[in-house]
Amino acid sequence: MGTAIYVLTFGLLVVGIYAVVAKKNIIKIIVGLLIVDYAINMLLVLMGYRNGGGAPILVPGESQAQMTSSVDPLPQAMVLTSIVIGLGLTALMVAMAVRLYEKYGTFDMSRIRRLRG
Amino acid sequence: MTPGRDPAARRAADRWPEKGMQMEAIVPLLVVLPLGAAFAIVVLASLPTRREPGGSVPLGQRAALPLAAIIVAANLAISVRLLGGDVGPMFIGGWSPGKTLGIQMICDGLSKLMAVTINLVALASIIFAKAYMRRFTKVWLFSSLFLLMTAAMNAVVLAGDLFNLFVFLEVAAIASYALVAFGCEAEELEAAFKYLVLGTVGSAFILLGVAILYSLTGQLNMAMVASLLPKAGSSAVLLAAAALIAGLALKAAMVPFHAWLPDAHPSAPAPISAMLSGVLIKASGVYALARVVFNVFGPTGAYATVLMVLGAVSMVVGVFLAVGQWDFKRLLAYHSISQMGYVVLALGAAAAVLARGGERAVAGLCLFGGLFHLFNHAAFKSLLFLSSGSIEQQTGTRQLKEMGGLSRRMPVTSFCCRVGALSIAGVPPFNGFFSKLIIIIGLTLAGYPLLAALAVLVALMTLLSFIKVQRYALEGPPQGSIAAVTEAPASMGIALALLAIVCIAGGLAMGPLREHLFAPAGEILLNGRFALGTGVLP
Repeated sequence: MGTAIYVLTFGLLVVGIYAVVAKKNIIKIIVGLLIVDYAINMLLVLMGYRNGGGAPILVPGESQAQMTSSVDPLPQAMVLTSIVIGLGLTALMVAMAVRLYEKYGTFDMSRIRRLRG
Repeated sequence: MTPGRDPAARRAADRWPEKGMQMEAIVPLLVVLPLGAAFAIVVLASLPTRREPGGSVPLGQRAALPLAAIIVAANLAISVRLLGGDVGPMFIGGWSPGKTLGIQMICDGLSKLMAVTINLVALASIIFAKAYMRRFTKVWLFSSLFLLMTAAMNAVVLAGDLFNLFVFLEVAAIASYALVAFGCEAEELEAAFKYLVLGTVGSAFILLGVAILYSLTGQLNMAMVASLLPKAGSSAVLLAAAALIAGLALKAAMVPFHAWLPDAHPSAPAPISAMLSGVLIKASGVYALARVVFNVFGPTGAYATVLMVLGAVSMVVGVFLAVGQWDFKRLLAYHSISQMGYVVLALGAAAAVLARGGERAVAGLCLFGGLFHLFNHAAFKSLLFLSSGSIEQQTGTRQLKEMGGLSRRMPVTSFCCRVGALSIAGVPPFNGFFSKLIIIIGLTLAGYPLLAALAVLVALMTLLSFIKVQRYALEGPPQGSIAAVTEAPASMGIALALLAIVCIAGGLAMGPLREHLFAPAGEILLNGRFALGTGVLP
């Protein structure tokens, strides 16, 4: 573990941004955006992770001191929210991709250029 | 949602016995009313109804737009009412930091200024939409998305913690993506998709910045992050700041993050263009940028330089791209980039003065100029976008070269359009003149005479560009089919007149406006990291 997992998460972020910037196909761009989303969710979960930590649930009879060894629940709640936002966004993106295909007959961004710079 | 009964809120209530409590009770309505109505409209419109004779639209769907207008008007009344009061810190659902982690709403001078701006422009846009949206089907869907966007923007300016800020930025952004694509034509979809891709990347960076700040401080509440950050003191703070500033600058369409704006804003229906250019880039871009840089990180030299560079470059590049445009709405969109550059430049200059421990009065003047220009830009840019929509509706074109002689055919629209053009061009006595003048004086006093000169140059270019609009659209001989156009419907005229009055009154009533609206907002930014108070912990 250690820093390696952070490096991997950062790598995931870079892969996602590469796909958004360099790919021409709309579907690949959407996948790239999802990878960026996952990388950041992953980072959030990592921030709350504690090695060997348990679930942050306070059971009657358990002391509050035991809670300090559990994982941080707040980032998990944030990730849950972030996933829901991602779901809405993905639905909108895919719907828009379908409509774009209907209008232009292609998924190639370089051929979808009716607007002047 | 009820305001919490925690010690801090009770203290505030004790100081203002009946007024304080009442104020705190109405603040969440700014978000709850439009959010609830947005969902209610969808439910109402989907109710099974008997087929009405003549195939007319069912009542549930017809009621959507008037309902939205009433909600927005109520919101404007609430936000104006809030101006007079003093609102203590509020905690949603009674969870306060004293017990555990709580979600806080802040309603200070800056939030109040933004709330008034948002709801004013929203009211004008929704009145305008009544006549304009006749060309579209499913107006109820438009009303619902419009209210969702307004609710999210109100929530952004009231958010007291970083994660809530992010969530509502996203809600506002998703509603705006759908609204840009509302017409579902090829160009609109293309613009909306570009906007969506760049907007999502921006949001991802904002969340990245929030995540890093959380890992450094273990807090999301802005006030607590601000008070804990100096202890964190590592280069990770810079990484978080870079991610947040990049993401928020993308939302504010600062050059070099501006590519989506000139496509997205003109492609939307006119009332939405007015909302996007008028308030969305301010609420989710400039406001959030100012809040985070001034009140969370604290104004220091590095952030001030970044803001000033972003502002100055946007100001110059935006206006040069605008001058060559012949599409009316596209021209206005490029001017939005340029005018937002003024605001960010003024904020950056104020941060620089504060960072080097200069005179607070000079920083205050820069902030007043910036915030005043932000308010003015909301008024005149939405006025111009609405009048472009009214011209487009009546003439069927957006190309300046195909218009002409509209001042005789459409007197009300032309008069209001002229007020907007003179305001943005900085002609006295309109509001744009005063805010630009104050920014230029502020920059000079802050020790940046070159940037002040640049601001004057950009103001002249803006004037040039709007003389072109006057010359081709309103004056001259009418082109072919234009000769037969008539004045736009009355509801459009009312919306235009409302904003034109704000433009004229903004310039004339600068003194009282400064006292009640801009001075409290500037004070919040002047106080830097300590503005939100560290007293949230018991």
